[in-house]
Amino acid sequence: MTTFIFLAYLVAAVLFILGIKGLTKPRTAVRGNQLSAMGMFIAVVVTLFDQSILSYEWIIAGVLVGGTIGALMATKIKVTDMPQMVALLNGFGGGASLAIAAASFLDPAAATNTVALISIGATIIIGSVTLSGSFVAFAKLQELISGNPIKVPGNKPLNAILLLSAIGLAIAIVMDPTNTNLMYALVAVAVVLGVLLVVPIGGADMPVVIALLNSYSGIAAATTGFITGNTVLIVSGSLVGASGIILTQIMCKAMNRSLFNVLFGVMAEGGEKVDADEIYAGKVKSTSPDEIAMMLETAERVVIVPGYGLAMAQAQHAVRELANVLQSRGTDVKYAIHPVAGRMPGHMNVLLAEAEVPYDQLIEMDEINPQFEQTDVAIVIGANDVTNPMAREDKGSPIYGMPILNVDKARTVVVIKRSLSPGFAGLPNPLFAMDNALMLFGDGKKGIVELTQSLKEAE
Amino acid sequence: MDMTLLLLLTLFVVAVFLGVELITKVPPTLHTPLMSGSNAISGISLVGALLSAGSGAGIMVNVLGFIAVVLATINVVGGYMVTNRMLAMFKRK
Repeated sequence: MTTFIFLAYLVAAVLFILGIKGLTKPRTAVRGNQLSAMGMFIAVVVTLFDQSILSYEWIIAGVLVGGTIGALMATKIKVTDMPQMVALLNGFGGGASLAIAAASFLDPAAATNTVALISIGATIIIGSVTLSGSFVAFAKLQELISGNPIKVPGNKPLNAILLLSAIGLAIAIVMDPTNTNLMYALVAVAVVLGVLLVVPIGGADMPVVIALLNSYSGIAAATTGFITGNTVLIVSGSLVGASGIILTQIMCKAMNRSLFNVLFGVMAEGGEKVDADEIYAGKVKSTSPDEIAMMLETAERVVIVPGYGLAMAQAQHAVRELANVLQSRGTDVKYAIHPVAGRMPGHMNVLLAEAEVPYDQLIEMDEINPQFEQTDVAIVIGANDVTNPMAREDKGSPIYGMPILNVDKARTVVVIKRSLSPGFAGLPNPLFAMDNALMLFGDGKKGIVELTQSLKEAE
Repeated sequence: MDMTLLLLLTLFVVAVFLGVELITKVPPTLHTPLMSGSNAISGISLVGALLSAGSGAGIMVNVLGFIAVVLATINVVGGYMVTNRMLAMFKRK
């Protein structure tokens, strides 16, 4: 029987791998997801035949409760709230591994050897950090607490102390596997560590945090696998762990910040304080929907640059409508996607896909940047720092070196924004004061709808 | 170190490398479904949760196992369903 279970686990692992392989192309992605789900089904069903399972009451109850909650979440969640959903799922993944590790510790039959005990300690640390850290990330994204970085005095030494205490307690439970109080203390310390790790991180750095917690939830599953020597847990946990790490790297690179700086809420210092009034004074030109519509009538190439503000304003359908009108007039419309636009990797893509924008019109930064010079009108909606030319030109600027979308190279740049307030980096954006830039002040969605209306009336 | 542990470690390291190779090929367009899909895969801890929830090692083990089953099932069901929902949006032309 055990042989049969492990062979089934092998099949499941292969299906997970094929599933992720399917995700490398939009065309094969749905199929890939189905293969992966089939792998999960096989792994779960064969496990139910394991002889160590004596009763099924708790299992049935748990699957019913979890299945209902999961299905409700998946069907009810709005696409704009997807970062919160992913944050919660990361947390649940960590929580599940944590609960299994704690259960194995209390089960005298499971926690028998040193390897199992070390794995339990590691799983409790990573699982707890993932659980509490993800809930803080969720609270920030849902705006239950401020999305701004929250300064904790003595953050770095405090975290170092907590981490060392956690490692110390983990060693202690290996030495003294009968002491349950040590285990609960370890959980408590690691939970506090998770909270303090995420609290200082601001909203715009959330893509990094979510990707990293995604990785942790995978690593926690893998270490859980080492407790009982469960091969399918190790393989799939490592796949997820690797996935999260790669996304984390991509996000950090796109912000030109090290993982360390993101984790400890460090923004680059330096450069003399740039005075916003000096940059903007007398140079910012405000415009009206009618004026932009007139420009768009003659434009041949238009690039739309979405940012987090697009999600906030729920303007994705309005933007699609504008693009439809433009395309029906023969205008070429593309969307420029910065890797860290939004609150998680791929946020803008999902948002625009919901509004039925074909994915081949969503162009990545490196590919779209050389095209801005041939662009007649670039429309920036809800994006700020990722268009700031100081990142390219001003060596003293804190964001110098961050790759940006070169919207300022377009013939005309229209920025739809509520005010001249700075973005997450707290810096003024000289783009707004450029000769070829026009500001349309107001709500993003309203601005786009009025613009579309003016364009239609011009027919 | 016994042979089993070495084999498990080998499995772990090889799987990480495989994961890195595979995931670098996922286009940015699909990064969000990749995350929710990998959330679903990390729900594989359900397998471990089932063993704790069904074990005869005492009520505390069962309760912790139950909590683990609930959380892991949310990940599995919620993760696959929401990924499917998002991918369906990418599919239509």
